[in-house]
Amino acid sequence: MKYFSNMILPAIASLLILAACSKEKETTPAGSNTLAPLSVEFDNIVGGQNLQLNTGVYKNAKGETFSVSILQYFISNISVKKADGTEYVVPQDSSYFLIRESDPATRFARVKVPEGEYTSLTFTLGVDSLRHTMDLSKRKGVLDPAGGMEDGMYWGWTMGYIFLKLEGISSAAPVDGTGQHKYRYHIGGYGSPNFNNIKTVTIDLRAGGVAKVRQGREANIHLMADISKAFTGTHDFSIAEWPMIMLNDISIKMANNYATMFRHDHTEN
Amino acid sequence: MQRCSAMTTPKTNPMQRRYWLILCCGAAIVMACSKKWAEPPKKAFEGFSRPANFPEATYRFANNAITEAKFELGRKLFYDPRFSRNNTISCGSCHIQSAGFTHHGHDVSHGIEDRLGTRNSQAIMNIAWGKSFFWDGGVTNLDLQPIVPINNPVEMDETIENVIKKLREQPQYPGLFKKAFGSEEIDTERIMKALSQFMVMLVSANSKYDKVMRNENNEQFTEAEARGYALFKTNCASCHKEPLFTDESYRDNGIGAGPNNDPGRFGVTQNEADRLKFKVPSLRNTLYTAPYMHDGRFLTLDAILEHYAENVRNTPNLDPALKQDGQPGLPLTAENRADLLAFLKTLNDQQFVTDPRFAETY
Repeated sequence: MKYFSNMILPAIASLLILAACSKEKETTPAGSNTLAPLSVEFDNIVGGQNLQLNTGVYKNAKGETFSVSILQYFISNISVKKADGTEYVVPQDSSYFLIRESDPATRFARVKVPEGEYTSLTFTLGVDSLRHTMDLSKRKGVLDPAGGMEDGMYWGWTMGYIFLKLEGISSAAPVDGTGQHKYRYHIGGYGSPNFNNIKTVTIDLRAGGVAKVRQGREANIHLMADISKAFTGTHDFSIAEWPMIMLNDISIKMANNYATMFRHDHTEN
Repeated sequence: MQRCSAMTTPKTNPMQRRYWLILCCGAAIVMACSKKWAEPPKKAFEGFSRPANFPEATYRFANNAITEAKFELGRKLFYDPRFSRNNTISCGSCHIQSAGFTHHGHDVSHGIEDRLGTRNSQAIMNIAWGKSFFWDGGVTNLDLQPIVPINNPVEMDETIENVIKKLREQPQYPGLFKKAFGSEEIDTERIMKALSQFMVMLVSANSKYDKVMRNENNEQFTEAEARGYALFKTNCASCHKEPLFTDESYRDNGIGAGPNNDPGRFGVTQNEADRLKFKVPSLRNTLYTAPYMHDGRFLTLDAILEHYAENVRNTPNLDPALKQDGQPGLPLTAENRADLLAFLKTLNDQQFVTDPRFAETY
């Protein structure tokens, strides 16, 4: 019995110490600074015009006219950097946003970062490959694969998120099964080495205005997202030739195109 | 009951008649109840256990520990037609237990409104060891597998969002979710994990082959079965790897594209080297799972052996294991084929296809 208690006491003591340690670890935030709100605004445009769903008519690089009925894309893994190079990565679980043109409330990606002045913003356009392999308990909210086929952003049969979905009407598109001249671009692809459309975008904020993050204010980095870039860049797309792009090699070229669509307009501090 | 009605003779007055009537009803109720009591008690829930001749399972149980309440909920969901748009097709519609959880007799399955699919319904068995799902392996996480048939316009043509809505409206479900997960909330994760629990429990490991391997009851192969087993090991085992009888790889077995030109694994990877490659199916329970191949083109096992012996096509991605000295095909004589068939029969597990735990009503 004595032997037993001799063993147990140190065991309990060490357990307590361990517990104390791990508790301390949990309560300490990643950075020592106070967190304050920062938002990134995604203002969708088409060339020199504001994007107006369904009603706006635009022209692509090939001279084809088109309208937009659906535009939505994933923004994730946001990080910010100061002039001295220190970087803050937003905790990943709070860093997934689905920007949907049809819902103005979704145009802001709202995060919390330590107070300070940030000169550079980095984010993923799409969903990182690791998240694709995570348990469903880590895939709530915009990552919930419950969306279905129509406006959903998940391909069940290949287990991948659609990173960007762009659909609309164009007289250049042939009549489809629904009797419409519709083009449909669903761009995804994360898994195989020769098929990865995850894009990392870094934006220099110095010219348009650094983000001054402090408590009691919400610094807002206002970006323009020019969706006409999907049609032009390293490869000029013709809607007549490509009325539908989904899981297909050609999507790599379209993803390379639209990865350049973001431009920093200004920052509201 | 007959005795009761014999007692109600014209001699009895209305009061007495009513008395007898009540007595009869009471007896009937008691009989009904006692019938239930007379049933053998359900076997206590044992959870998931790895058969002695199987490797470690690949399913991530750490994220979804098996419990009786979750398994029971999973079974109920598996057999619930509310997963289809017009509430007609359940998982169990195309994965029938007596057919080894396939759609027996259908080359490709018909789903909602009898729309035809493009592939043969796969057996749900031993998928706790599965590394990927579907003929093209597009899904590698079992918890995400059911989304595909639910969304597919020719299968269930439904969204998970709407399934959640429908289940919430059913009085029995909130309670069952509470029992399984601790609260009445119904969401994607809970539905998928309950379905996974039912599916990973579908373990088939009690065929004659298994008993021979485990040295159970002194079970032994007959001479023909033993010859077939030896032939199997030489000609088939590299792809149909024991004890699951699949190595989970994708291969082109030289059957050529079917009428619908299904590209197989290529559809997932967009890699030309994967064109016409399909997941190697398990050879277990073939007695129940005909027809065979991704498009159900072979009706009998003998037709498959004939294919391997005589009709393998030299397709661009033909599996090297199906070539001998540059010639496509396996060197199988008629006797070899008969012996192989004898061996394949030892892989049928009758207990699995009749196990009451996996039936719609238990």
